[in-house]
Amino acid sequence: MATQQSRSAARLMMAPAVVLLLGWMLVPLIMTLYFSFRRYLPNRPDIEPGWVGFENYARFIGSSSFWPAVQTTLIIVGGVLVITVVLGIILALLLDQPMWGQGAVRILVIAPFFVMPTVSALVWKNMFMDPVNGILAHLWKFFGATPVQWLSQASLESIIMIVSWQWLPFATLILLTAVQSLDSEQLEAAEMDGASYLNRFWFIILPHLARAVTIVILIQTIFLLSIFAEIFVTTGGAFGTRTLTYLIFQRVLESQNIGLGSAGGVYAIILANIVAIFLMRIVGKNLDA
Amino acid sequence: MARAVTTNRKILNTAIAWGIGLLIFFPILWTILTSFKTEAQAIADPPVFLFFDWTLENYAVVQERSNYMRFLMNSIIIAGGSTLLGLLIAVPAAWSMAFVPSRRTKDILLWMLSTKMLPAVGVLYPIYLIFIQLGILDTRVGLTVVLMLINLPIMVWMLYTYFKEIPGEILEAARMDGASLREEILYVLTPMAVPGIASTLLLNFILAWNEAFWTLNLTAAKAAPLTAFIASYSSPEGLFYAKLSAASTMAIAPILILGWFSQKQLVRGLTFGAVK
Amino acid sequence: MKLRNALIAASAIVSVTSTAALAETLTIATVNNGDMIRMQGLTDDFTEKTGHTVEWVTLEENVLRQRVTTDITTKGGAFDIMTIGMYETPIWGANGWLVPLNDLSAEYNVDDILPAMRGGLSHDGTLYAAPFYGESSMIMYRTDLMEAAGLEMPDAPTWTFIREAAAAMTDRDAEINGICLRGKAGWGEGGAFITAMSNSFGARWFDMDWNAQFDTQPWKDTLEFYVGMMMESGPPGYATNGFNENLSLFQQGKCGMWIDATVAASFVTNPDDSEVADSVGFALAPDNGLGKRSNWLWAWALAIPAGTQKTDAAKEFIEWATSTGYIELVAENEGWANVPPGARISLYENPNYQAVPFAQMTLDSILSADPNNSTVEESPYVGIQFAAIPEFAGIATEVSQEFSAVYAGQQSIDEALEKAQAITNDAMEAAGYR
Repeated sequence: MATQQSRSAARLMMAPAVVLLLGWMLVPLIMTLYFSFRRYLPNRPDIEPGWVGFENYARFIGSSSFWPAVQTTLIIVGGVLVITVVLGIILALLLDQPMWGQGAVRILVIAPFFVMPTVSALVWKNMFMDPVNGILAHLWKFFGATPVQWLSQASLESIIMIVSWQWLPFATLILLTAVQSLDSEQLEAAEMDGASYLNRFWFIILPHLARAVTIVILIQTIFLLSIFAEIFVTTGGAFGTRTLTYLIFQRVLESQNIGLGSAGGVYAIILANIVAIFLMRIVGKNLDA
Repeated sequence: MARAVTTNRKILNTAIAWGIGLLIFFPILWTILTSFKTEAQAIADPPVFLFFDWTLENYAVVQERSNYMRFLMNSIIIAGGSTLLGLLIAVPAAWSMAFVPSRRTKDILLWMLSTKMLPAVGVLYPIYLIFIQLGILDTRVGLTVVLMLINLPIMVWMLYTYFKEIPGEILEAARMDGASLREEILYVLTPMAVPGIASTLLLNFILAWNEAFWTLNLTAAKAAPLTAFIASYSSPEGLFYAKLSAASTMAIAPILILGWFSQKQLVRGLTFGAVK
Repeated sequence: MKLRNALIAASAIVSVTSTAALAETLTIATVNNGDMIRMQGLTDDFTEKTGHTVEWVTLEENVLRQRVTTDITTKGGAFDIMTIGMYETPIWGANGWLVPLNDLSAEYNVDDILPAMRGGLSHDGTLYAAPFYGESSMIMYRTDLMEAAGLEMPDAPTWTFIREAAAAMTDRDAEINGICLRGKAGWGEGGAFITAMSNSFGARWFDMDWNAQFDTQPWKDTLEFYVGMMMESGPPGYATNGFNENLSLFQQGKCGMWIDATVAASFVTNPDDSEVADSVGFALAPDNGLGKRSNWLWAWALAIPAGTQKTDAAKEFIEWATSTGYIELVAENEGWANVPPGARISLYENPNYQAVPFAQMTLDSILSADPNNSTVEESPYVGIQFAAIPEFAGIATEVSQEFSAVYAGQQSIDEALEKAQAITNDAMEAAGYR
């Protein structure tokens, strides 16, 4: 179908996007790689910048904060994915049921997606999770319980909760479109054959949603690997909430060690690619892109 | 898969769905309510829900302290500009990937997505140095380009999955009728692609509006959007819940309203080819 | 008075006409503290006097630090004036990143700046930033609760007394906590408090060879005392409380005592914001009989980054904002209790200001802080709640995160000190000190 002419036209049309993204990726990447092999301490003009080989890499990975940070990153990404996908499916199935005011409910459910991460972190931290003045503290006290000190004693859970709240609408929307496209005749036939709801869900609905779930996981992972504002605003990386991104932030901006931070950046890219490959292996077959 | 059900079942559905909906919406509702309280009422114990002396005082204070309109305009220009610019670049790319696929198409697409995984903090210094060299620090142009680049992979991908669903036969028929490539895009593809483009546009506008790392770090006074506006109200000295709520409401209201009014369009194209 | 105003107006007109041709727009980065927000509101006075206009970039403290640090290290030139602290100023000045302020006008009277502030904002005797306000730390306490507990606060209490008083004032059912202290992670938050406190327990960050000292007994004593006292009498969740959180707790009447920045005095005694405005007393920060008190020294100051093209206009602004004239302007508009404190000697000689209840205690606290001699045993660094070396901010933030994890009950004091020791030595090695 495609002629030689349309092929070259296609290449021409793709060129701007490819070239721009290549530049956007390569220029900072090369600079990061360059810095990562150098001693670069802007705050210490008395120390000569110079080549240090793999010292930054060794120091970054040798630090006691490195592996916990990788672990924290994976827990947050994994936790949010599980929560948003499971709740997203439940919500999508619920919203698909006949009811009054479906449109209005949908508006309520998707609203958190429009809130800036900074704002949602600030609102959750101050007005909900504050152990003295937060709504949740009042609620706990109302039921005679001792208020939970969310951001210190359940820090990771709190951050997962905040981020899940932000991304649940996205998951729900995608999954809802998928649920709505489900062939109802097939379901009815299964019902006639005496299949229980659980069976119908497991053998008909879930396989149908597989592709949508893949999309949700893929897109969210990309955004979740680099979450920053939520941690910066709430805990500042304390109480075991330091992700790899946050550790790099601390090295670059707080310690002013650009070389070390850049080495961390390279590790983060490697981690992102491992996650990406892993994702592709597991879910990629659903994505015949 | 909607089916006819009994009224009782419908009542139950409605109750559960509304309950969950309100629960999810509650943080936003609470923020909006708090913005109309005085600082003392905002931390009242027990919390007051609706029966307080509604006041516009916080909005007045926020308006007096910061030039909201300027932040708002910057947000609109940067988010809108980056979305339109991105669309201009992404539509042809996605079109060619969808209709003239090659062996490498899938690889290119995945590679594009992978550029989004580069942690922003790690490249802050390189990008900042480049911005200084180009003299585009604290300019709307600079920020527009950066946000466009950040969202470009998502745009290409969304459009690609959407374009792929347009049946190829229609294009072939048009080609048989002697339509040129330009006519093909303009008269055949575009009308069919409008929902997909609209929802891509909306989603990217939202993502650009909410982007808070680059918009904070690459601006000072002239190009600062609403994310910077918020940063001047988070944890100041003294009681601040009410003022923070007012500022938050002002920052999210435009996008919330836009999102609600256009949710049909947003949802219609937001399939990523998920619907088969 | 009328004549003076007329003169000011006349001189304003003259200066407008004389400088109109050179009118500049200054971009100023500042922190969203009350005094700076007030300064923003009074900018018109500056524009009237000089013809220059000002664009404010007001940011929360953490964001501000991140923003100005990126800009200064890359010589970005996004700002004409930056609001920085006593920690950054000497380091950045030494690096040649700031414009020296050694040629301020005679009317400005640089000798009127409190010597402690001037010293802390200088490098090698050259002033690099002008103090907008200065602070130490002191005890703010509820006179009514103290009386109810049958105790009397001495002017210079010991830690032992504070701990006893805190326990006596605590009433968990009424949500009254005997003492509120910073526990939040971050070198400028809980890190600053615990470091200043540790000085009075005989601890120090480094020995003379830059070896970390977290394996020494004084640090263990400090943390054990702090954690023990906070468990008995502190508010819930103190591990995430910083200055702002404690301020709002105190204003709501939920704290018996609060040891923090002296500038907080004007907030807790302001009846518009504070429920306990009428019953606040002040005392020097506690000690342990080792010769060092646990109060710090800090200033928020205005500095000009070396890259700016608008040095002259920027200097005019700094002279305006940190002058005695500005203090009078604020006093006229908002009352003497709300003027920026701690920067100028003349303020404390002014009878109007001496009438303010916390003025004397603030001055005494500032005067009793000596950054050059802050620890019981000799130390190689300058600074009380920080060590004025470039690496400190990064190290201390991580160390204070370990401490905050102790406050939240996530690890033991010994574990935290062991980690702190490792973090610090590792970073100092990387930076070539050891």
